Amino acid sequence: MKRISLFLLLLLLSTTASARDSFKICWSIYVGWVPWAYGADQGIVDKWADKYDIDIEVVQINDYIESINQYSMGEFDACTMTNMDALTIPAAGGVDSTALIVGDFSNGNDGIVLKGKDSLADIKGQTVNLVELSVSHYLLARGLESVGLTERDVEVVNTSDADMVAVYATPGVTAVATWNPLLSEVASMPDSHRVFDSSQIPGEVIDLLIINTETLAANPALGKALTGAWYEIMAHMNGGDERATAAKTFLAELSGTDLAGFESQLASTEMFYTPAEALALTNSEQVKETMQTVAEFSHKHGLLGEGAPDATFIGVETPASVYGDSNNIKLRFDPTYMQMALDGEL
Amino acid sequence: MKRLINQTPTPMLRVLLGLLPFVLLVLLYMFASEARLAENPSDKLLPSFTQIGDAIQRMALEPSKRSGDYLFWEDTLSSLTRLGMGVLIASAIGLALGLFTGALPLVSASASPLLTVVSLIPPLAILPVLFIVFGLGELSKVALIAIGITPFIARDIQRRTQEIPSEQLVKAQTLGANTSQIVCRVLLPQLMPRLVDAVRLSLGAGWLFLIAAEAIAATEGLGYRIFLVRRYMAMDVILPYVAWITLLAFVIDALLATLSRRLFPWHHQGGQ
Repeated sequence: MKRISLFLLLLLLSTTASARDSFKICWSIYVGWVPWAYGADQGIVDKWADKYDIDIEVVQINDYIESINQYSMGEFDACTMTNMDALTIPAAGGVDSTALIVGDFSNGNDGIVLKGKDSLADIKGQTVNLVELSVSHYLLARGLESVGLTERDVEVVNTSDADMVAVYATPGVTAVATWNPLLSEVASMPDSHRVFDSSQIPGEVIDLLIINTETLAANPALGKALTGAWYEIMAHMNGGDERATAAKTFLAELSGTDLAGFESQLASTEMFYTPAEALALTNSEQVKETMQTVAEFSHKHGLLGEGAPDATFIGVETPASVYGDSNNIKLRFDPTYMQMALDGEL
Repeated sequence: MKRLINQTPTPMLRVLLGLLPFVLLVLLYMFASEARLAENPSDKLLPSFTQIGDAIQRMALEPSKRSGDYLFWEDTLSSLTRLGMGVLIASAIGLALGLFTGALPLVSASASPLLTVVSLIPPLAILPVLFIVFGLGELSKVALIAIGITPFIARDIQRRTQEIPSEQLVKAQTLGANTSQIVCRVLLPQLMPRLVDAVRLSLGAGWLFLIAAEAIAATEGLGYRIFLVRRYMAMDVILPYVAWITLLAFVIDALLATLSRRLFPWHHQGGQ
C-alpha cells in the first residue's frame, strides 16, 4: 500500500525530463522581459515553435517572486528572472538551471533615492525602505560599500513594492531603494535625489531567461525555438523604423505607460539586441566575478539556505570558469544557443 | 440494527474520529515530502519534519547570527502587541458606538447610516490612505486592525442592544431609572458577554489585517517573517509559522471563551 501511494505521489509531484513536445514559459512585467508578450502576440514564438515541431505556451504571471516559485516547483519549463534570484531561488532550491538567454543588464533601472539629501553618504543612520533580500537590497549593499559604509549603518524596513510610491509620500520615509518604473516615479517627487543607481555597477544586475537544465538537455529544440524567437523579437524592436515604433508602442501599453515612458525605461536598460552583444558579456570574466559578489551577499543574508557552509556552496558555471563547488553546479551560463543564433544556425 | 441517523460514537471513538483527518493529513504530507526529497534533496517546497524541526530550533531557540535576537519570540511579541492593541481599541469604540446607537434612537438616526456605509469599505483597499495619514510605524498597523473590525463589533453590539426585551426597559423605568442608569445598569452588563462573542468572531479578520499590514512594511512580526522568507521559498520556516499562528488563534479564542464563562456565568446558563 505504501509503495503504491508513494508511486502515485511521485507521479503527481515529479516533473519528468523526458522528450516532450509541449512547454510552458512564464514572464513578469519588466522592461527587459515584456518583449515576450510581443513575441506571443505577433505569433513569433508560435512560428519558431512550429519550426521545431513543438508547442510553447507563454504565460504572464503578475507577481514576480511567484513566477520564480512556480518555475522552481516545475510548473514552468523556463522563466524570466535576474541573476541574483536565479541563484537564490531555483539554484539554492536544488533545481539545476541554465541561463539560456542573457537579455540585458540594468543600467540605471535600480536605484536609491534620498529625500532632502543629495549624496549617498548622507544615508548613514537613516531608515531605508526596500524589498528586503531583493536586487534593491543588493544594490544598497553595493552602494554602501562604495562610500565606505556597511548595512549596520542603516536600518532596513521591508516594504512591499506595490506600496513603495504611496509609502514614499509619507513624511517618515526618507530613503528608498527600488526599481523602475517605481524608481522614476519616486525620484520625480519634490526634493528627491537619486544618489546611486545600477549604472554605477554595470553588468551586475543581469536579466535572464532561465530554463530547467534537464529539460533543455532532453529537448534542445526548445532552446533553439526560444532563442530564435527572442532574437527575432529583438530585431523587431531594434532601430527607429516603423515596425520598431509599433512594437515599442505595443509594449509601452502593456507596461502601463506611453512610448516616451517606455523609451526612458529602455534608456536605463542595456538591452542586448543581438546575440553578439549578449555573448560578449556571457563569455567575459566579469560574469564570474559578479556571481561571486552576488553569492557572497546572498550567503551573508542566509539566502543560500542555512545548510550552506559558505558562499561557494552552490557552483555557478560560466563560459570563462566555474565559481564555487564544481560538484554542486546548479546555475549555468550557457552560450551554446546564443552562439547558434549568432552563427545563423537556428 | 440502528439507523445511521441514530448511531452516536462513544466518547473514545469520537476523539479517535476527530483525530483521524489530522493523522491522515500528516501522513499525506510525509509521503509527499519524502517523495519530493528523494528526487531532489535540496527541494524546498515540502521540507521534512527534521528540516522543519531544525528551522524551529534556529528561529526560536538560538539567537540570530546577525542581530542576536530570538527572532521567533520577537516576531510573536510584536504581532501579539499589535493585534491586542487593535482589538482593544476596536472593542472599546465598537461597544460605545453599538451601545449608544442601539439604545438611543436619536443617536441611531444620525450615526447608523454612516456606520453602515463605513462598515462596507474594504479596509485593505484604503491601506495606502492609512499609510499617508498614520505614517509607516506601529500606528498604521494597529489602525488597520482597529478600522477593520470596529464596524463589525459596533453593528453586532447595536443589534444585541436592540434585542434586549423592551419589557426590561419599561420595568426599569417604572422603578424610576433614568437613561444613564438604564444604560449602565440594565444594558451594559448584558452586553459584556456579547462583546466577548463579537471579539471572538472578529479575531479571524483581525489576524488577516495584521498579516496584511506586516507584509507591506515592517521590520519584525509573524506576517513580516512569512513574507520575507517567501522570497527564497523557505517553507521550513513558513509552515511552522502558520501552525504557530493557528495555535495562537486557537488559544486566544479558548481563553476568551473561558473568560466569558468565568465572568458572566449567568449568560451561559440554560445551554447558551
